[in-house]
Amino acid sequence: MFEIVRKRELNDAVKLMEIDAPLIAKKAQPGQFIILRIDEKGERIPLTIADFNPEKGTVTIIFQEVGATTKRLGQLNEGDALLDFVGPLGTASHLDGYKKVAVIGGGLGCAIAYPQAKKLHVMGAQVDSIIGFRNRDLIILEEEINAVSDRVFVATDDGSAGEKGFVSDVLRRLIDEGNAYDLVIAIGPLMMMKVVCDVTREYGIKTIVSMNPVMIDGTGMCGGCRVQVGGETKFACVDGPDFDGHLVDFDAAMSRQRMFRRAEQEADHRCRIGLTHGKDGVK
Amino acid sequence: MANMSPNKVKMKEQDPQVRNQNFLEVSLGYTPEEAMEEAQRCLNCKNPMCVKGCPVNVQIPDFIARIVQGDFAGAYHKITETNSFPAVCGRVCPQENQCEGKCVRAIKGESVGIGRLERFAADWYRENGDTPKVEIAKKGKKAAVVGAGPASLACAGDLAKRGYDVTVFEAFHTPGGVLMYGIPEFRLPKEIVRKEIEGLEALGVEIRRDMVIGKILSIDELRADGYETVFIGTGAGLPRFMGIEGESLNGVYSANEFLTRINLMKAYQFPEYDTPIEVGRNVAVIGGGNVAMDAARSAKRLGAENVYIVYRRSEEEMPARLEEVHHAKEEGIIFRVLENPTRILGEDGWVTGMECVSMELGEPDESGRRRPVEKAGSEHVLDVQTVIVAVGQSPNPLIKATTKDLQTQKWGGIVADETGATSIPGVYAGGDAVTGAATVILAMGAGKRAAAAMDEYMSKDHQ
Repeated sequence: MFEIVRKRELNDAVKLMEIDAPLIAKKAQPGQFIILRIDEKGERIPLTIADFNPEKGTVTIIFQEVGATTKRLGQLNEGDALLDFVGPLGTASHLDGYKKVAVIGGGLGCAIAYPQAKKLHVMGAQVDSIIGFRNRDLIILEEEINAVSDRVFVATDDGSAGEKGFVSDVLRRLIDEGNAYDLVIAIGPLMMMKVVCDVTREYGIKTIVSMNPVMIDGTGMCGGCRVQVGGETKFACVDGPDFDGHLVDFDAAMSRQRMFRRAEQEADHRCRIGLTHGKDGVK
Repeated sequence: MANMSPNKVKMKEQDPQVRNQNFLEVSLGYTPEEAMEEAQRCLNCKNPMCVKGCPVNVQIPDFIARIVQGDFAGAYHKITETNSFPAVCGRVCPQENQCEGKCVRAIKGESVGIGRLERFAADWYRENGDTPKVEIAKKGKKAAVVGAGPASLACAGDLAKRGYDVTVFEAFHTPGGVLMYGIPEFRLPKEIVRKEIEGLEALGVEIRRDMVIGKILSIDELRADGYETVFIGTGAGLPRFMGIEGESLNGVYSANEFLTRINLMKAYQFPEYDTPIEVGRNVAVIGGGNVAMDAARSAKRLGAENVYIVYRRSEEEMPARLEEVHHAKEEGIIFRVLENPTRILGEDGWVTGMECVSMELGEPDESGRRRPVEKAGSEHVLDVQTVIVAVGQSPNPLIKATTKDLQTQKWGGIVADETGATSIPGVYAGGDAVTGAATVILAMGAGKRAAAAMDEYMSKDHQ
């Protein structure tokens, strides 16, 4: 069992949990992920590692309550424990040798962008972070990202905080102002990553994106997480989750994201009208 | 006097039209009377060919003779001298190509039902036998076993019996490997696998779940941690795809994903269990092996109306166990042989059909089977909403990628000699990780041989 040692609400739907997992904390690197299962009847879900502390032996995850499992996860409290917590999975991000990097986080993507910004910062790169949200109430990790960035730019769709507009608009402005980035890291919704890649392609700037598709085992076994990269089938769990954004087929990825939505919506509906209690299996 | 009936004593089965709607076990096993009657068909040959046909050389006539006498516990102990998991093997071994294929009774009529008798002895013992507490003299040496499938479990059991402190590292939350995630409940009840694993734990084997070796700990770290030898039994879990157009569409699964959702994650009990699965009205399963049969029969049980096995050779070349083909047909699976998929069609991201061409058999290829060749102009479309790809698996590269001196073949298999010794002294490997996808019994045999070699290695001083 893996104890939740700290829980924090970042906004109404996004929660942070620090999990006691000393072996994983010792090995974790930015860009890697874990798979967790709450209890015996739970599903296995992948979450990217948002932070890790080898001395304390903890791994931090940040999640948005969107599906049945993340909603149940959000109801757990400090002192509760998860049945399974597996990792660190996936290939670590390659961050060596970059001098000036734009790190872009869209919404929950900030949780994954943060450890990358932190590592780049520690390695001495100049880091400009661009973080985007729908509105000011949804802003997360601004302080943390600020602490590891040379400059932080906040964008909101409605202009309620920072600049009004999208992260891709901010990036374009910064490039046009003469900022010569040798790498852009873009993490967030598929559509956001796609648009950022369209911008950086124009300027010929290498761009890394992080994919988070459906998966079960996280070790290359199910093939559910396959993504099309440069015309080849890759498994996000072992070949990624980081990929060269200019080679990723985002349209296919967006389509695959819908694979289990019908079944899940039905379950969610049955759950809410009291037909079943997922956890106890009482019908 | 031997029972000279040309046919095996029938084993009771659930009615096909009932069982294709549930996940309970299909075959119900022999009663003691039926087992004794079938056992009497064995001629107790002086030179038993059946034993030579068994990859772990179970002393078949000896155990069957004990069943004839009603000494079922004795039969069980005779089998377990060489086979660690008879309840599993009795159910999943391709007996027709092994022991039963060599049985003299098969020359005129059916072979002795060796698999059924093995299963009977194991099931009887699980229900009625007592587990004598054996005191094992501890050697005070540690061995690590990576993976918890058939090869690993057999290796761990033998090492524990020889007095080693054995720790099994399993990546999943449940040990058992393909016995848990791959083979469905209706063919191998998971309770049986759990009992076998409990038996190992009773021998003192420690099983650590959620441990992906190669990620959380490397092989080198295990050895630095005092594990004098390491056995790698990580199987062949990497699914192959066909490389045809449309494989990214929603509704296309690898057989691994489809079966893992059902068997390991219990998606057939969704939403009581949280893992979902989607199955269309018509389903095509590509492939002709046991995995393809398991996927097809599972799809039927999940409510698909028409389930097709699409196989590019003829039924004769199918690698699946005879019994599985027979059961699948009884359950209404439609066999489309000499047919090869060319692309998967979709609309709005979802599968709407699969284009196939008809094949005919030409000259034998390097595998000795007649090569299928396309018939010109025979393209046609199958109306399906789900496609399950069951065309084989490759070894998992996780260990290879993180163990620098471990030699592997081009196709990913770990290089090991007949004892399981790899290119690193003290590190052994066996099962599908070495051979590529094969059978449970071959993997178990490799695990046992490696355990003997590891014992020998650890008995010497390597300082």
